[in-house]
Amino acid sequence: MAATLRIPTVLRPAMGGASIISVEGATIGDVLGQLTVTFPAIKGQLLNDDGTLHRFLNVYINDDDVRYLGGVDAPVANEDEITLLPAVAGGAA
Amino acid sequence: MITLTKEQRDAIVATCIRALPDEGCGLLLGSASGPDAVVADVVPSQNVSYSAKVYEIDSRVLLKAYRRADDEGFEVLGVFHSHTHSEAYPSPTDIDQAPDPAWHYLLVSLRDLPTVLKSYTIVEGVVSQEDVVSH
Repeated sequence: MAATLRIPTVLRPAMGGASIISVEGATIGDVLGQLTVTFPAIKGQLLNDDGTLHRFLNVYINDDDVRYLGGVDAPVANEDEITLLPAVAGGAA
Repeated sequence: MITLTKEQRDAIVATCIRALPDEGCGLLLGSASGPDAVVADVVPSQNVSYSAKVYEIDSRVLLKAYRRADDEGFEVLGVFHSHTHSEAYPSPTDIDQAPDPAWHYLLVSLRDLPTVLKSYTIVEGVVSQEDVVSH
């Protein structure tokens, strides 16, 4: 099942340089897991050691943040567009 | 250097004041040429951390901003947020979590009046202040 993955500028150097690639997987966890195999350098930026989503990575399927779709269990359909964006956070603390 | 209009500057400060007692935040869309950026629009966000000490941009606002930037030929230039009780300088949290070395990080301090707005770049943990030009 092929979906499109949009890669943000800051992750491109560690992911082969492309802005858009084709990915496969039944769930977001499958897709991200496969990416960590293909691009081992980014493993720690995508997933935690326990396989959950990294706190500072936003992952979207089409228009929706996967945190509202079941996290790593969110299903991926053929021709879905998956977008990765680093979370934007900080503060005085 | 980052350039913005007086109205954009006012919109940034107003977003931060409206968010009180929490930190306020939002994104900056515009055009960049090397280290120089010109703001085209200010995109306020909810602080989804709902905190006076930390902020996080709403993930839906972030996605919409990137899509709009693509559609309109802009870039997401950076982010602004407020420090409610401390100076307008990136905190260790800001530095640790800075997502993009090409970004401009605007800090608004609401500790004193008049409010202070400063801008920085954060590259591999190194903070550099840059000029803010508003007209």
